[in-house]
Amino acid sequence: MAEMGDVEALLRSALVPVEPSEALSDRLQRGLSEITDLAVEELADWEISTMRDPRNWGPTVAAVVAGGVAAGGLVVLSARQRRRNRGSGPLRSLEHGMKEVSSDLRGRMRR
Amino acid sequence: MIESADKRRLDGEFTELYRAHLRDVYSYSYYRVGNHHDAEDLTEQTFLQAYRHFERAQRESDGRPLRPWLIRIAHNLAANYYRDRSRKPQTRLEDAAVVSAPHDTETLVAGRQELKDVLVGVSNLPDDRREALIMRFALGMDNREIARALDRSEGATKVLIHRAIKQLEQELEGTGNG
Repeated sequence: MAEMGDVEALLRSALVPVEPSEALSDRLQRGLSEITDLAVEELADWEISTMRDPRNWGPTVAAVVAGGVAAGGLVVLSARQRRRNRGSGPLRSLEHGMKEVSSDLRGRMRR
Repeated sequence: MIESADKRRLDGEFTELYRAHLRDVYSYSYYRVGNHHDAEDLTEQTFLQAYRHFERAQRESDGRPLRPWLIRIAHNLAANYYRDRSRKPQTRLEDAAVVSAPHDTETLVAGRQELKDVLVGVSNLPDDRREALIMRFALGMDNREIARALDRSEGATKVLIHRAIKQLEQELEGTGNG
């Protein structure tokens, strides 16, 4: 009869961590750099324009910035994913939803 | 208001999180969907979602590790993946492990029937038991982390894992392994 310890040892041997491909690591690293670069750039632009308009000085603006900057970055990655032209990916609907949210937030930032 | 310096700090911390847990997220995704193509998509989407909510997650984590939060995102995305497509894994777990040529898994599994039987057994477990075993053995998460990822109590998680191993043990007895 199998012992729990034996089964655990087998599980450790069978369910080993799987290394992602270098291509995925590179792609994600590039995407992340694009996101963070864009985020800082957009934030700087937004801060300059906002400080000129006292109507935007309210506390609610912070929430728009936090969401908008992050979502703005998503557009870059989403666009890059489209360029990969991999047909209708399994998570296409999620990506589409993210794009809509990010477009909305970017519009609010620029008002 | 979030200042540029704060944003840069957050981005730096997110980069650290990404580097520390890319393999975890990828391993989890791979064992969930059973093929590299979809595992890569799932991994990318997980980090996109994570980046979007990172500031809040960090604020609410109260200093606790964020790995369970990341894995929970992957878990939810994987659930959507199956629900939206109304499908189950196209590649069985044991086949996925065997054919994963670029990875160490192949070396470990090839020619070892008992490990294939273990993977078949894991594939046949109920979803929550299978996921708990993936988190425990492929990612090395402890009960507390798994509980947070699955939104359960630690006690319930301990029972879940115990039952998963017990069920697997019984299945392996039927195949003559163990």
